[in-house]
Amino acid sequence: MTRILIIAEHAHGKLNISTRKTVSCAAQIIGAEIDIAVFADQASDVATQAAQLAGVKRVLKVEHPAFAHALAATYAPAIVELASNYTHLFAPSTTFGKDLMPRVAALLGVGQISDAMAIEGSHRFVRPIYAGNAMVTLDAEPGHKLVATIRTASFQPAATTGNASIESVSIAATLPNHTRFISHSEEHNDRPDLQSAARVVAGGRALGSAENFNLIYQLADQLGAGVGASRAAVDAGYAANELQVGQTGKIIAPDLYIAVGISGAIQHLTGIKDARTIVAINKDPEAPIFDVADIGLVGDLFSVLPELAKHL
Amino acid sequence: MSKILVCIKRVVDYNVRIRVKPDGSGIITDGVKMSINPFDEIALEEAIRLKERGIASEVIVASIGPTETQQQLRVGLAMGADRAIHIQHDTAIEPLTAAKAFLKIVEQEAPLLVITGKQAIDDDNAQTGQMLAALWNRPQACFTSKLEITNNITRATREVDDGLETIELDLPAVITCDLRLNEPRYVKLPEIMKAKKKPLELFMLNDMGITLNQQFKTVNVAPPPARQKGVLVKDAKELVELLKVKGVL
Repeated sequence: MTRILIIAEHAHGKLNISTRKTVSCAAQIIGAEIDIAVFADQASDVATQAAQLAGVKRVLKVEHPAFAHALAATYAPAIVELASNYTHLFAPSTTFGKDLMPRVAALLGVGQISDAMAIEGSHRFVRPIYAGNAMVTLDAEPGHKLVATIRTASFQPAATTGNASIESVSIAATLPNHTRFISHSEEHNDRPDLQSAARVVAGGRALGSAENFNLIYQLADQLGAGVGASRAAVDAGYAANELQVGQTGKIIAPDLYIAVGISGAIQHLTGIKDARTIVAINKDPEAPIFDVADIGLVGDLFSVLPELAKHL
Repeated sequence: MSKILVCIKRVVDYNVRIRVKPDGSGIITDGVKMSINPFDEIALEEAIRLKERGIASEVIVASIGPTETQQQLRVGLAMGADRAIHIQHDTAIEPLTAAKAFLKIVEQEAPLLVITGKQAIDDDNAQTGQMLAALWNRPQACFTSKLEITNNITRATREVDDGLETIELDLPAVITCDLRLNEPRYVKLPEIMKAKKKPLELFMLNDMGITLNQQFKTVNVAPPPARQKGVLVKDAKELVELLKVKGVL
């Protein structure tokens, strides 16, 4: 019997959509029983949201002052304590899950599948390697507990039509205090979240300055889109690090992706391959972005963008 | 005496367009340029800078792989590492095995910091640093873009999905590097010559007394599905019209 525990990602009392996508992935394993663990200092609000996800049987509320911030070193021993009842442990392949799950796996003495993008049975997974330039199908040894992070761009969010039971669980493990949260910088804006936005406008090095990058924000606002950036634009200081799309940034799958002044290095393309429609605006007709774009427009962004604003 | 251990991996060079073997058993690596994993190069640079600032007294660079891995270790020595450790093994290993092997080195050297890349650009697993921290029972700071060590307080700023997070760590600890931590230096020819004289210690993975983890079996490696070739439009007006036809606007 497949029993899956999903570690919820959340912040400020809200369940992150990445958790819903992880539930969808888990639900593809036929006959799997799915539980969600919510680690927090106060977990009730998030537990209530998690209990509404279709396919979830139980939500475990694990409350402790030490869980006020998602520190991998603090969470990991507690997750290990819960793990004995489960065959699989999943978390989203966001920075939250990428930080945490290998630590959990090593404490359990097992390996991990990173970035599962498809499931072909309880122990067969497909994942990207080489920046998404190859896909590997892996069979996991069924005798071991299976730890995996789930590539959120590959799954739809689970519906909120469920009605799981909520149980409080206490932890006996000694939690380390060698790692302490200090601060978090957060950009506050009303724009759609890059990882879940249906439309994304992204800018590259060709913008030329942080000031010019505002053109990207303007177009995004007009389209109700999230904003992304290439590594070159982030390295140059035009855009914040959390906007980076690609192998080492965010992997996204919007309905519409508009790449402005982005040449399309393979590391960037891996982050957008799952987008439904890719539009490229670039003055270099040889730019590799045109190899993956559904619609290409060769032209200078500084004249194309004002025109585009007029016609939208 | 505070040491820093830097774990590096030999990988297909960043600029190589990889090809999948026709039989689906893996990636073509014969005759392909190999380099230090770029994130590990950043780790090396950070360690060398910490030594230059007097925070560390010695930088040790370690790697697991076939004989040719010594090429990358020599580059690490040329960048400024003091000595190298080569753990020889000819076939691919899982990250948990790598973490167990590096733990053996950690137990031997007792470093103040272990620094490594946040992921290797070949298998993109992003696991080894965290696993080593877990087995060592020490703190970890993953995806670090800023590392401050002053008056025995160590703070790492991490690139997380919703911004930047700063955490404080007791040492010893494991740091995994993100892209913006630093820009690695270029190695000059005289350093490459000098590096040939620096010590390189050899271990055989099979003789280190660890169990190799063999939990995953590759069934098949395939190229990603290709996207269909798109169309070119001549101006913004035509672009908007086409987007409307496609139903995305």
